[in-house]
Amino acid sequence: MKRRPPSPPKGGDEGNNPDVWNLRLYVAGQTPKSARAISNLRKICDEHLAGRYSIEVIDLLKDPHLARGDQILAIPTLVRRLPEPIKKIIGDLSNSERVLIGLDLRAAPKGAR
Amino acid sequence: MKRGSSNGGVPLAKTPTGVPGFDDITGGGLPTGRPTLVCGGAGSGKTLLGMSVILNGILKFREPGVIMTFEETAEELAQNVRSLGFDVDDLIAQKKLAIDYVHVDRSEIEETGEYDLEALFVRIEHAVASVGARRLMLDTIESLFGGLSNDSILRAELRRLFRWLKERKLTTIITGERGANTLTRHGLEEYVSDAVIVLDHRVQEQISTRRLRIVKYRGSAHGTNEYPFLIGADGIAVEPVTAVGLQHKASRQRISTGVRELDQMLGGKGYFVGSSILITGTSGTGKTSLAAHFAEAAARRGQRCLYFIFEESASQITRNMGSIGIDVDAQIRAGRLRLHAARPTHFGLEEHLAAMRRLIEEYRPEVVVIDPLSNLLSAGELREVNVMLLRLVDLLKSRGVTALFTTLTPSGVAEEQTELGVSSLMDTWVLLSTSEVDGERRRYLYVLKSRGMAHSQQLREYTLTSSGVRLLDFQHRATSPAPASGNGTASGTAPLAAARRARR
Repeated sequence: MKRRPPSPPKGGDEGNNPDVWNLRLYVAGQTPKSARAISNLRKICDEHLAGRYSIEVIDLLKDPHLARGDQILAIPTLVRRLPEPIKKIIGDLSNSERVLIGLDLRAAPKGAR
Repeated sequence: MKRGSSNGGVPLAKTPTGVPGFDDITGGGLPTGRPTLVCGGAGSGKTLLGMSVILNGILKFREPGVIMTFEETAEELAQNVRSLGFDVDDLIAQKKLAIDYVHVDRSEIEETGEYDLEALFVRIEHAVASVGARRLMLDTIESLFGGLSNDSILRAELRRLFRWLKERKLTTIITGERGANTLTRHGLEEYVSDAVIVLDHRVQEQISTRRLRIVKYRGSAHGTNEYPFLIGADGIAVEPVTAVGLQHKASRQRISTGVRELDQMLGGKGYFVGSSILITGTSGTGKTSLAAHFAEAAARRGQRCLYFIFEESASQITRNMGSIGIDVDAQIRAGRLRLHAARPTHFGLEEHLAAMRRLIEEYRPEVVVIDPLSNLLSAGELREVNVMLLRLVDLLKSRGVTALFTTLTPSGVAEEQTELGVSSLMDTWVLLSTSEVDGERRRYLYVLKSRGMAHSQQLREYTLTSSGVRLLDFQHRATSPAPASGNGTASGTAPLAAARRARR
């Protein structure tokens, strides 16, 4: 993993900027699964959201109380906090197609879900 | 994992639930540090049972608890708890209780690639650590099957979860919805193998009955019956069928029947204290009058008396008894007699029994009258009625209460046949009957049995006068065409048969 996760807010005031995607990735410790999820996520974001996203990685082993707020159950879970509505994707994000659909970056095929 | 379950003579540690009756039938409660599965259909009371275990743990056994709810929001749950009279916010503020609501909505979630449920573990761990919990409830973890589509991951994780809970030595209650052919819809019983409890809620003839059965309790003896239980204002209570057994001491003391001549028939002293007395008779024979005599006399001697009425209202009883000179009212006012009227069909049998138990425990009577038992018993089917009666008699005997029951013999039925097979539970059986003699209706009383005492075998005529039940003297009887047995020692059905013959 070349990149260290913490989230340098890109573009400053992303809270009010609908163009900046606020993503949160929940992991629990340094497991291969979380490492895979982080790198998969970076790749997808760089490809599709270059320059307009922020990623915050939360390690629940360090901050267990945070699991409750976002209703986290599975690890890893990606939460799209902005733009609204909130979206959740669970898994190691290995299927970028599904991730893009889950993030609303691509329309779901043939009325799935 | 296996080490504790080898059953190698070490008694299994148990965690008391504090649920009345439950700890009796399980020999102490739930298996300590292990998961117990509680399954049942919607509305069967499984959540309530779980909550009772947690809340009793906190309030009675100083064991903090955690409730993980997967169905109700924390607020809904808090409301339910409040309805049982517990102050949830206070318990949470005192760090004795933690509630976490785990919500999964499949429509909000996309699944891609591998995942596990580590976050759920983290949440449980966090909640448990925050209060130092010893008890945990997962209600209803099966909801996860609706929220996540990858069944095999979910199953593997649940297996891991239950193993982990055991390692953490948490006494856990896991609730599960009853499946069509399985105990739980998603087969949780496959993972939780320590103890399984099934709750059931049936409605028969418009009367609901709740039942609890322990299907499995590894390493422990347990009752295998279906135990009726009920949900009352203060939570769940299980009524053990035979918790009392036959351990009560038989008293040699006697208690007056309230009718002098009847006392004489019973060895001159009346009933035994702590015994069960049955008075049967057809309609209008004066069963209630005899019962009221007994109760009123006891109250007059300063004994506390509880009188259950299942046919009339309290005021009807006081009025009617007043008309034959039994001043029930005075004893009520003096606080020595309490009338409790209830409609038999209003509740199921279990509710009745529980209500009676509660009143008996609260009022601590020395004398109890149940008038009439037959009406109460119409609230259930025969088998349950017998079981319930057994429990009631047990309860009263264990408390040394002298109990008098009346039953109505439907006309046309042999008088000595109680429809319910009640008689074997009774120590004394007084039979009332009427007979038409010389164009008038006469009443006859007969002591059919009275265990442990020499009692009269005579069939005595009696009347209801303005000063109560009066047994007529022999002289009077001698002139009447009633029994021809002469010396008054006829036994069995002869006197009655004679009385019947006398009708012709």
